[in-house]
Amino acid sequence: MEQMKKVPITFYIRRFDPVTDEEPRIQKYVLQVEKGMTVLDCIHVIKEEQDPSLAFRFSCRMGVCGSCAMLINGKPTLACNTQTLDLTDSVLTVGALPNFNIIRDLVPDLVPMFGVHQRVQPYIIRKDTQEMEKPSGEYFQSPHQLEEFLQFTYCIKCGVCMAACPTMATDRQYPGPMALTQAYRYNTDSRDDGGGERKDLVAKSHGVFGCHYAGECSNACPKGVDPARAIQLLKRDLVRDYLHLGKDHACAKTHPLPPNAERKPKIEAPPFTAGT
Amino acid sequence: MRETKQFDNHFGIIGWLGGGRWGIERYLYIIHRVAGLGILLFFMMHIFESSVRIFGPESWNAAMNVLKHPVFKLGEFVVYFGFAFHALNGLRLILIELGFAVGKAEEPVYPYRSSLNVQRPLMIVVMVIAAVVILAGGMNIFVLH
Repeated sequence: MEQMKKVPITFYIRRFDPVTDEEPRIQKYVLQVEKGMTVLDCIHVIKEEQDPSLAFRFSCRMGVCGSCAMLINGKPTLACNTQTLDLTDSVLTVGALPNFNIIRDLVPDLVPMFGVHQRVQPYIIRKDTQEMEKPSGEYFQSPHQLEEFLQFTYCIKCGVCMAACPTMATDRQYPGPMALTQAYRYNTDSRDDGGGERKDLVAKSHGVFGCHYAGECSNACPKGVDPARAIQLLKRDLVRDYLHLGKDHACAKTHPLPPNAERKPKIEAPPFTAGT
Repeated sequence: MRETKQFDNHFGIIGWLGGGRWGIERYLYIIHRVAGLGILLFFMMHIFESSVRIFGPESWNAAMNVLKHPVFKLGEFVVYFGFAFHALNGLRLILIELGFAVGKAEEPVYPYRSSLNVQRPLMIVVMVIAAVVILAGGMNIFVLH
């Protein structure tokens, strides 16, 4: 088999060691890169062959888990999803995601993002708590109702949209595209009735109206989730709600069991036994 | 848990310029924000300039003579540019924020097509109108007067 051609690429990696560094420094590595190597592959090779102290985060290597988001040549994206030779034939810069604190080297602190995600209550909220606790049947949902929010369920929480967002760069109280998209996703779900509870976070002064549609979140999203669209639709729903123009969102009803059918007994979760 | 030192990697105002793929809507975002801040600055300067009247006609005439300098003609055009762009782009943003021109949620199939592609005809129409309005204003300021 013909030997694959290797190209020498100079990597400028922005590194930060919390013990020794006051601010990030740029370190240079030269690597022979061949076709098919992603940026994550290259960073792995650098760690194995040149510098074992290089810290980065990864898991699935196939654009599913969202762990390896980095700033590559000035653009936030997934390192595992980016072919090195598609970007450059000489020089590549790699840094941690902006708009987050750096824990070490290429590892950003995503805790604030998950914190605000938690605050939008990304789960079905209903007023019939009895039905929530002891369900008597499935909730009705038509394919059309599913399509209204399905696109926004593909979010992998990688933080790329948060790093690309220019509003996030200056407004630290802004929830960010990811959290707002998830707020819209659950508000639009026909089974959900928690729009009022999420309004406190999304409709305040540093909320959804901080977005002026730069569209960077949708350009950068590696999964095609289109957060900019969700944010605009969320604004539309808030305006309609404020002006009492919207249709009342009737929460999906429960589908009763058909006659002669029996519900399977609820499987009890085993007791939590951490540390044993 | 042991607390470790972290580096604050927020871009700040530079983030308006960096950290993205530079779609045309991002340029509009930056111009819109800068124009908005510029108009605010102009209003404050305008109030200051108008307030000179309370010091009498001499002060007022002196201020008016200063404003006849050609630099202020350029400044007038810059304010007009900012106002026309901010107003028209603002109308585009209002239409988008009311859910027009962003389309419905769709299945993400690679290569991804986002709401930015859907609203682009609106953006082009609004920018053409803005260009015509700004050119007409420029003609009025620099050629007709």
